[in-house]
Amino acid sequence: MSHDLVQELFIPFFANDLLNCLDDSAVIPPQAQRIAFTTDAYVVKPLFFPGGDIGRLAICGTVNDLAMAGARPIGLSASFILEEGLSLEDLKRVVVSMKQAAQEAGIQVVAGDTKVVEHGAAQGLYITTSGLGIIPEGVAIGGARAEPGDAIIVSGPLGDHEIAVLMARGEFSLQGGIESDCAPLNGLVEAMVAASQTIHCLRDPTRGGMATVLWEIANASRVGVMVEEEKIPIRAEVKAVCDLLGFDPYYLANEGRLIAFVPEGEAKMVLRAMQTHPLGREATVIGRVVAEHPGKVLLKTPIGGHRLLEPLSGEQFPRIC
Amino acid sequence: MNPHKRHDEGKLASLLIKEITALADHPVRLMEVCGTHTIAIFRSGIKSLLADSIELISGPGCPVCVTPTGEMDRAISLSQRPEVILTTFGDLMRVPGSSSSFQQERTTGSAIRVILSPLDAVQIAQENPDKTVVFFAVGFETTSPAIAAAVQEARRRGLANFHLLSSQRLVPPALKALLSSRKAAIDGFILPGHVSVIIGRLPYLFVADEFGIPGVITGFEPLDILEGIYMLMRQKKEGRAAIEIQYSRAVKEEGNERARAVMEEVFVPADACWRGLGTIPESGLMLREEFAALDAARVFDLPYVEAGEPAGCLCSEVLQGLRRPPDCPLFGKRCTPVDPIGACMVSTEGSCAAYYKYGGVA
Repeated sequence: MSHDLVQELFIPFFANDLLNCLDDSAVIPPQAQRIAFTTDAYVVKPLFFPGGDIGRLAICGTVNDLAMAGARPIGLSASFILEEGLSLEDLKRVVVSMKQAAQEAGIQVVAGDTKVVEHGAAQGLYITTSGLGIIPEGVAIGGARAEPGDAIIVSGPLGDHEIAVLMARGEFSLQGGIESDCAPLNGLVEAMVAASQTIHCLRDPTRGGMATVLWEIANASRVGVMVEEEKIPIRAEVKAVCDLLGFDPYYLANEGRLIAFVPEGEAKMVLRAMQTHPLGREATVIGRVVAEHPGKVLLKTPIGGHRLLEPLSGEQFPRIC
Repeated sequence: MNPHKRHDEGKLASLLIKEITALADHPVRLMEVCGTHTIAIFRSGIKSLLADSIELISGPGCPVCVTPTGEMDRAISLSQRPEVILTTFGDLMRVPGSSSSFQQERTTGSAIRVILSPLDAVQIAQENPDKTVVFFAVGFETTSPAIAAAVQEARRRGLANFHLLSSQRLVPPALKALLSSRKAAIDGFILPGHVSVIIGRLPYLFVADEFGIPGVITGFEPLDILEGIYMLMRQKKEGRAAIEIQYSRAVKEEGNERARAVMEEVFVPADACWRGLGTIPESGLMLREEFAALDAARVFDLPYVEAGEPAGCLCSEVLQGLRRPPDCPLFGKRCTPVDPIGACMVSTEGSCAAYYKYGGVA
């Protein structure tokens, strides 16, 4: 069965010189620059949701992890764990979607594996992707590099992905037009790096959302972070669902957004570069890095009060009233 | 939805804060009864704007927090029956019983479903005729009319497999018990807006008349809360004690009579045990005799067995406004939102969770 899948599904869709060899390893020519390497497993429920599916997620998630190091992705591997009973049609939809996402990102799947497990041993389909990328000369991006004065930029409205998936689960009988933001961000990052080589930190706020990313960077860099609630972009629909469920939107997962820490003097240029890219059109500055209160993230509320943003602990549950 | 958004929220807030500060000439302790207020106060950073002499303390108005361990045990034991699908609100998933929680039970195969609306439980019963669907309902007057409507709907659909385990609570009897104990020094109440939409202003009159303490029924936007505090401070300044309505865009003097009528058709007040406050006469709601066949407590013969609170946990005192969460030796150490020991750390609206999440304001 696995052999058939490889020949009839994966090879035709992912065809490229490295993969087509079907040797035990993809052999990648030597690279002159630093190499970034990452891996992630994807287990989303449901497999399909507005704006994406597990396949798109598996490509974008790993591409984005590379991009957040400033790396240009050069190849991905993909491992599939299929539960018996998953329809070939669904699998094909996922593979087509992966191909589409890989094309958007301009990368190739160069290695793969497939295992089938018995019914009940998995939830339809799990995908693990790993990725290699090269980091251009002069780029030094890392979570410990934020400095006082840095502007903090988000690339677009937060929370769309998690709310889209939540609604697709149908558990809360909520319906709406919110689509996941799931997208490969390497093109956006390339445009940003072209505008400024001095970007300090890049993170994609996936699980734990914006609040967790800001907290991690404040701690890794031993700086304080101050963001203004009024400047943080959140769609009205997302906010409405959060109000209903008692969720805090700053903790919602995103799959096609990034947060950048950029020296003050470069912020305008980076912001302009982002806003001219389709995935950064709604980019905006939400706050800055300060020398005070190192390791802490303060949120200035619209009434002028302050509160702390802590990292996500556990899972958000809907409240009673 | 929010009328203040039209104006400059920040400007109005600083005006109100100026007025409040001018009235803050001696220390006052104001209790916000409702968990939704607690969370709104923390989220909007109101504490960081008020004079140090104004202390805001949380009261017994978080439904998850006041549900005692014994009631959790009862619901958890029901969820362990193979024929039962237990439906409940999400906040309760992590609340510890004596030896387990719904979240733990779910990992060992119990069918427990989180619902948003009581009618979802009725629907689940209809879709699973071979299962017994129990709706474990906690909440205050805000949610009771919807729960009553769900019970009526289950009856209308003739669903013999739908049962309610009621752990609902009423706010005014708890306030009376709290004040009668005379343990906590409270100078004013920020009274719950949503509960009052249903019950109106009159059930609180005893707070001012018998105990001489002012109260203001307050909305949930930051400006509502600031205005509520301002109205309380003005009463204090003028030496008055009255129950006033700040949240007048939603709360009527007489409340919502239709919603109360639905509640009364289905439920009668009954004695109920509260975490922290003990058993309070007529402070809970049980199904009327004519709905006895839908009452899980009667059908499954589940007597309420009182269970001790976890060792070292100060939830009981926190709920009465006697201690602050950071005073608890477990707070933030052995008791965190991920691995809670006390109920006030579990609910998003619990004061321990709010302190843990937002508390360390610089």
